[in-house]
Amino acid sequence: MLKELGRGLITTFKMLLESPVTIQYPEEKRPVRPRFRGRHVLKRYDNGLEKCIGCSLCAAACPADAIFVESAENTDEERYAPGERYASTYEINMLRCIFCGFCEDACPTEAIVLGANYELTFTNRRDAIYTKDSLLEAVPSPELLTPQKVEPGEYTRSIPEMEDPKL
Amino acid sequence: MDWTLWLELVIKALVLIFALLGGFAYLTWYERRLLARFQSRLGPNRAGPFGLLQPIADAVKLIFKEELTPAKAYKLVFFLAPIMTLVPSVIIAAVIPWGPPFQLGDRIVTQSIADINVGVLFLMSIASIAVYGIVLAGWSSNNKYAMLGGLRSAAQMISYELTLGLAFVVAILLGNSMNLTDIVEAQRDGRWFVLVQPVGALILWIATLAEVNRHPFDMPEAEQELTAGYHTEYSGMKFALFFMAEYQKMIVVSAILATLFFGGYLGPWVDRWPLLGPVYMFLKIVILLFIMIWVRATWPRIRYDRLMAFGWKVLLPLALAVVMITAVGILLAEINPWMIWLIPIFSLIAGAFASLMIDRSLRRKAYA
Repeated sequence: MLKELGRGLITTFKMLLESPVTIQYPEEKRPVRPRFRGRHVLKRYDNGLEKCIGCSLCAAACPADAIFVESAENTDEERYAPGERYASTYEINMLRCIFCGFCEDACPTEAIVLGANYELTFTNRRDAIYTKDSLLEAVPSPELLTPQKVEPGEYTRSIPEMEDPKL
Repeated sequence: MDWTLWLELVIKALVLIFALLGGFAYLTWYERRLLARFQSRLGPNRAGPFGLLQPIADAVKLIFKEELTPAKAYKLVFFLAPIMTLVPSVIIAAVIPWGPPFQLGDRIVTQSIADINVGVLFLMSIASIAVYGIVLAGWSSNNKYAMLGGLRSAAQMISYELTLGLAFVVAILLGNSMNLTDIVEAQRDGRWFVLVQPVGALILWIATLAEVNRHPFDMPEAEQELTAGYHTEYSGMKFALFFMAEYQKMIVVSAILATLFFGGYLGPWVDRWPLLGPVYMFLKIVILLFIMIWVRATWPRIRYDRLMAFGWKVLLPLALAVVMITAVGILLAEINPWMIWLIPIFSLIAGAFASLMIDRSLRRKAYA
């Protein structure tokens, strides 16, 4: 009996000498996995134009009905995205979102991607609705901000790099 | 009595009470931090440097919490029970000598509030009073869990009190006095009673663990079985009083153990600077508390029937044997002073025999 009791004491004493495994969260963050599904990001092309063309396929794919998209026409004076249309409103309700990633799969232009940010806190329901401003990727320099003024006839296709099907 | 004596007593009492209250607050911090380290965690470290302000944050939280009184509780007793638990845990500290007396002006100041000649009896009697608070708390809450916790606590404390008393008898025999200061002075020159009677010290330690309801004898508040035991229905500051009483009792029993078996305030140069006495006491108490927390982090709670069996069938006979051995050894030491060292030898043999017997009985039960 004494042997077992003593062995228990030694085991816990060894733990005392080890350094704790605790990660001090707000100061120290563990990197997430590559396929982690965090907060959504709306991507841009290298020239600053938004990838989103406002097709609403993500909203249709969303099982939780968390996404709301409203689209409007692009013009060459005020161009947001290549092609005809862009998303004038893009809202995701983070209280509804289940982070399934279906929107990512549904997107024809790979515009919406689930990112690495998991720190989604808000103190009222209105703040739970993330708008286009907060979802859109930042641009490296201010002249790349949308809307841009472009040459007419330069961006006639919704996905510029995609080739036409071979007949 | 002149007024300076009153002043001295009031000052000493205030110092002791504030030391105990501060000690309680920081014992919770000490325990949580240490327990966390035993479990490879960090423990509270957010409030202030190293989490040192955590006890204050806890106190503020508890003060602002809602205090519920169950509709069918016995209101008066329900209200009095926490107070009845807390008060003995504070006044028990009154007889403990915290240091040797020192000269202040033309008067000699003793470093205990009441240096009474039956100090050990005082300890015993006050320690028994504490059980009333717990039993009445359990009974007056009108809750089955609380009631069971209170009953368990009563049975456990009364059972282990006999052992506790016998362990006190060992110290009384060795010190040849019931006065705690005399007992401490008898341990001068490094002759701590724990060296003369190690098994007696162990028995006292086990009995005090049961007496203050600490692991592995925390039957009255076994969370898994009784939700919280006798204080299930208590909230807010009333709960805090129970909590306070429990931790103050931990401090006080560590102080008693240090006084009776670990040389009390004695240490190097304590006679030249009498104020070193409280420092040595503090160090000894901290080490004993460390062992208590270590045990809490390690050993599981023992089953209730085994708790009682251990108390009555193992600890009490062993304590009787140890008292017997001590008495005989002291008589033999009158013939030849070296015979005093027969006491540790024979009591260790008795302790080893007891542990062997437990081993055998456990082995029999393993397949039963």
